[in-house]
Amino acid sequence: MYTYDVHDQKLVDERVAQYREQTERFLAGKIPAEEFQQLRLRNGLYVQRLAPMLRIAVPYGMLSSKQLRKIAHITRYYDKGYGHLTTRQNIQLNWPRLEEVPDILEELASVQMHAIQTSGSCIRNVTTDQYAGSAEDEIEDPRPWAELLRQWSTFHPEFNWLPRKFKIAVSGSKEDRAAIQVHDIGIRIVERDGALGFQIIVGGGLGRTPVIGSQIKDFLDPKHLLTYTEAILRVYNRYGRRDNKYKARIKILVRAMTPEGFREKVEVEWASIKNGPGTLTLQEINRAKSSFSPPKYDVLTDISPEETLISDSEAFKNWLKQNVLAHKIPGYAIVNLAIKATGVAPGDMTDEQMELVADLADAFSFGELRVTHEQNITLADVKQKDLYSLWQRLVSAKLDSPNLGLLTDMICCPGGDFCSLANAKSIPVAEAIQRRFDQLDYLHDLGELRINISGCMNACGHHHVGNIGILGVDKKGEEFFQVSIGGSANASAAIGKILGPSFAQEEIPQVIETIVQVFVSNRISEEQFLDTLNRIGVQPFKDAVYRKDD
Amino acid sequence: MLYIEKMTKLIKNGEIVDSDFIIAKDENIDIELPNQLLPLSIYLKNIEHLKERDDYGVWLDSNEEIEALAGLIFFDVIALNFPSFTDGRSYSNANLLRDRLQFQGEIRAIGDVRRDQLEQMVRCGFNAFEMAEEENLAASLDSLRVFSVSYQATADTPEPLFRQR
Repeated sequence: MYTYDVHDQKLVDERVAQYREQTERFLAGKIPAEEFQQLRLRNGLYVQRLAPMLRIAVPYGMLSSKQLRKIAHITRYYDKGYGHLTTRQNIQLNWPRLEEVPDILEELASVQMHAIQTSGSCIRNVTTDQYAGSAEDEIEDPRPWAELLRQWSTFHPEFNWLPRKFKIAVSGSKEDRAAIQVHDIGIRIVERDGALGFQIIVGGGLGRTPVIGSQIKDFLDPKHLLTYTEAILRVYNRYGRRDNKYKARIKILVRAMTPEGFREKVEVEWASIKNGPGTLTLQEINRAKSSFSPPKYDVLTDISPEETLISDSEAFKNWLKQNVLAHKIPGYAIVNLAIKATGVAPGDMTDEQMELVADLADAFSFGELRVTHEQNITLADVKQKDLYSLWQRLVSAKLDSPNLGLLTDMICCPGGDFCSLANAKSIPVAEAIQRRFDQLDYLHDLGELRINISGCMNACGHHHVGNIGILGVDKKGEEFFQVSIGGSANASAAIGKILGPSFAQEEIPQVIETIVQVFVSNRISEEQFLDTLNRIGVQPFKDAVYRKDD
Repeated sequence: MLYIEKMTKLIKNGEIVDSDFIIAKDENIDIELPNQLLPLSIYLKNIEHLKERDDYGVWLDSNEEIEALAGLIFFDVIALNFPSFTDGRSYSNANLLRDRLQFQGEIRAIGDVRRDQLEQMVRCGFNAFEMAEEENLAASLDSLRVFSVSYQATADTPEPLFRQR
């Protein structure tokens, strides 16, 4: 993975010193609260319902075991002994003290980490495919490009006060695991006549106005990545709306100008900087790529499933079937640890679990791991012959839930238990659903069925792209939940359709069960939920969910 | 009626100096008066008359585009307004003014100019700052340069870091 050089380290160290000094001035009453809010947000610090919340950047989800141990230490020493994996591959602390945040940042800087631009109206952490470098369907490793974008966007002085937050995602495989169509900029690496290039998609997003992005470039020469991105950001910074924060995202600008009009504006701007000093050199591209050169794989051959199944434990078989994926290198596998134990907020990890996962990464996966946007952990380079011994160690730590991609592997924001923006508590809803669907065989039979839960319109739980989406709404001071179906975040991205009037919290598990029953009774052979829905339409689901019992 | 702000102090090229201009904000400006920063629209209307003089400058609000001045700069000071410290448009105008319009004169930040944003402004080409009222100028000098290195090529850094690595 990418290792800081002297320049990268100096920038992060200087940011810690600057933020420490800013915090001291704020505490001394020398920075007005509304100004300090903007300064701390740009360093990942929110002030939440119960305490501040610190969002630590995990660039494109990659962590070393050493970094994860440092986070475990921080949660133990400065917080309450757990952290939260976010839908943008970052890690959040729920209980840091504002006065101690500079010390936390200094600890992070000692392992090449930071909280820079994890919040605020600026360019956020760049995300990508959690299986990058290991996926069978990969065209090109997206991480070097994500790292080049990370550096370009870090402290870019022109784009630190955008109309609104700005999120970039990069995908380098056939299947889109980075949800690039619902980002402000989505970048897809494609191959044409033996050459690599980028498809550029702009103006996707969730939030109040969910939109699938529009492609404005079908093939960009990789060396122009930064200048073209700069042109997009400049057009957005200058012309994006600033009068209404709900209309300030780039998707609104793209819609107002039309994608074609926006594209033309970008092209004109780009013409002035194309081939300028921001053009990537071959040397720099190679430098970035060399940071992600493959680990030293052993020369192995694939083991047949029977050989892997040295145990006849049903639990191990289920886990293998659901959580372990094919790897591009023979004899290796990609392993997912579902951080979705029933009764625990989805994505929450204790310090002990972090220590264990760090040990497992060292023992089984070259000392590296990834945070996924589904709020799970991936060990991307595990030898197939080690799968059973890895699984045994996961069982004792309760990290063996074999529910990856299944109904109970929910994506869920922190919600009203923690977040001051939320209308409703999302975590108890997730827990109630998990308790209702506790029969694993049944879940496996249902197949891929994603539930996404957001506590409010800000859509941190990406409810619009959940196969079933649940959104917390406020009705005269009471918490209600709106349900939509048919969303998808993969290559055939779609925004879910709202079923109808919202439900009380206690009704939700039954509503989900009814939706699942309609699916099961209409399903043809091995159809996935979305296939059945696309075939029969939304109406049968509506009818069943709102049927009057009389 | 003519509205004139009182003479203020500003930070210019790293030092605290007296302002040599006042910002003319009213529509009924007397352009004959010396030492004014004129609104863009007034300047463009009176350009033939003004271009013979050397005792004025022009200011742009954040929603105005710097391209309006392309080929029409016959003066040495351009001020760019920050109606709020969260309005980032003037950074782009400054960067374009240096990079695209090749302006060598003074670019002055006016309006809600806060200490903790000075370095970003410097990097986009600003070299003079009329600070927001509550800011302490002497203390603000410490914030002109906090970082010793930067990744990007902008107005004050012709080459990105990667070309020097």
